[in-house]
Amino acid sequence: MEMKEDQELYYYLKLTREFEDRVSKLHRQGKILGGVYSGKGQEAIVVGVCYGLHREDFISPIHRDMGAFLVKGVDPKLLMAQLFGKKTGLSKGKDSFLHAGDLERGIFGATSMLASTLPVATGAALKFKMKKEPHVAIAFFGEGASSRGDFHEALNFAGIHKLPVIYICENNFYAYSTPQNQQMAVEDVALRAEGYGFKGAVCSGNDLHAVMRTTHAAIDRARQGEGPTLVECKTYRYHGHSEHDQPFYRPQEELIEWESRDPIQRFEIYLEKKGYNVDQIKEETERQVKEVTDEAVRFAEESPWPEGKEALEDLYADPF
Amino acid sequence: MPTTYIKAIHDAMFEEMKRDENVFLLGEDVGILGGAFKATEGFLQEFGAERVIDTPIAESLIVGAAIGAAVLGMRPIAEMQFADFISCAYDQIINMAATLRYRHGGRAQVPMVIRGPSGAGVHGGLFHSQNPESYFFSVPGLKIVTPATAYDAKGLLKASIRDNDPVLFFEHKYLYRRIQEELPEEDYIVPLGKAAIRREGSDMTFITYSAMLYPSLAAAERLEKEDGLHVEVIDLRSLRPLDWETVFQSVRKTSKAVIIHEDRRTGGVGGEIAARIVEECFDSLDGPIVRVASEDTHYAFSPPLEEFILPNVDKILAKARTLAAY
Repeated sequence: MEMKEDQELYYYLKLTREFEDRVSKLHRQGKILGGVYSGKGQEAIVVGVCYGLHREDFISPIHRDMGAFLVKGVDPKLLMAQLFGKKTGLSKGKDSFLHAGDLERGIFGATSMLASTLPVATGAALKFKMKKEPHVAIAFFGEGASSRGDFHEALNFAGIHKLPVIYICENNFYAYSTPQNQQMAVEDVALRAEGYGFKGAVCSGNDLHAVMRTTHAAIDRARQGEGPTLVECKTYRYHGHSEHDQPFYRPQEELIEWESRDPIQRFEIYLEKKGYNVDQIKEETERQVKEVTDEAVRFAEESPWPEGKEALEDLYADPF
Repeated sequence: MPTTYIKAIHDAMFEEMKRDENVFLLGEDVGILGGAFKATEGFLQEFGAERVIDTPIAESLIVGAAIGAAVLGMRPIAEMQFADFISCAYDQIINMAATLRYRHGGRAQVPMVIRGPSGAGVHGGLFHSQNPESYFFSVPGLKIVTPATAYDAKGLLKASIRDNDPVLFFEHKYLYRRIQEELPEEDYIVPLGKAAIRREGSDMTFITYSAMLYPSLAAAERLEKEDGLHVEVIDLRSLRPLDWETVFQSVRKTSKAVIIHEDRRTGGVGGEIAARIVEECFDSLDGPIVRVASEDTHYAFSPPLEEFILPNVDKILAKARTLAAY
């Protein structure tokens, strides 16, 4: 990979991590209210998948996918305002956290009903196929969501029509407190692809290069009309399900093991092996992402709240 | 040549697909079969499999995929083979579609129609007779359309397809081939949210929609002949938006209101209509607001059971005469 690419990828990994850490802190300070769902530890997946996507490519991120918004080009200030519930946020304060989208950048806002976005992304891919557009749709979901009927309905339909859609399972082994072995009787969610007539692939979600290699090959196939792929990225969330959750249900040893496979440190080792001056790049990038995040927080804090009566707006094209 | 209610629906979709290449169909058996009720007969031949999609039995996918295409500028028409089956897509409708514009801060929209045959009276039994409108009536972000005539079925469906919000279009299957009328040759729409006064009167107001328009009109005729009462009959045509002004104006004039719908009494839209009339027209009222609706049970199959459950002319007459005596 070229130096510019390496540095950009590192920047997005670090920016996402900085955002995650800052958001957790702001939540503890009572500045960000409601549910906060940290994706710390999983950043390489969204960064790797979204890096290089076109503006028109459709993605449906879920609650831990902060980096998807950043890589897809959402202004960090507007993203932070969204998390604060301010009028300047993507949803204008209508919903919390990442329940917002930016269709101008091909980002579809999720609901809390995980897996419900899978049929929607499938419909976006249907549109691309109908209109012979060279774009792809990408649906992110967790291993827990794969238990829902929408997973089956979406993948089945995509297989029939060979749609340009990639289903990215971020398998972090726990759906809230429920471990994978209470969620399914198989080890790999990706195995299920066979039942829908297309390819499944498994990769390490903590290895940015593995994510990029696997998902970009799937994206290329989809663009060439070769149909969908189910990619499973194995990963781990460092925090609980939400910031309110103390994850007593999983062993401390497990967390330590996964922290030792941290996706960002791993990428730093790669940069070092490649002969870059890592200390310098790290220092410079950390300064940059801190600046961007500080500015975003400042913007969010200074932004106005919506007025109460705005709760009645944005329901219909023509209000009645 | 007169056009039936089902043909009016067929023609509305056909003409809109001719007019706008972003309009497309998806649903169970809409292609090769032409729909369980033949609403889309000939569409596959005319528009091809790309725009007339026979889906697997997967209502959540049908609605979800329609949403995904709609946010990117398409205008899908998703068919529920029977409106009863819409329950399988409930999450996609009330959480995904209804909140979509809202949670995107007004910067996204989902122009789609979900149509389906609703209603009883054809021995459909528990799962082919339901009137699902009240399951959706309290959900902001949705529109609900309930045509009673062939003219409206065509004009309202065209308006729904051109609308920029998700529309639930509940056709009454009892009417499909039982009513017909001459329709204009030229393109027309019936705007959503405008009720029709089907019969003018000064003594009492009947508020109804969909198939119940016909027993309501028949009862009104008899009340005029047998009791000398002049009943105004309002056909709401759409429930969201609901034409409150027309309702209030009529009740202020007549001082008496009967609400007639085929949906069940408890939790049916009649309850909300009655409450709003009391809030807005209390001083004008000269008697209780009464409802004629299906009994609070399931739409049973056996003919005596179904007949017992559904509203009819006699039931409307009985309630109206009690009210008239106030």
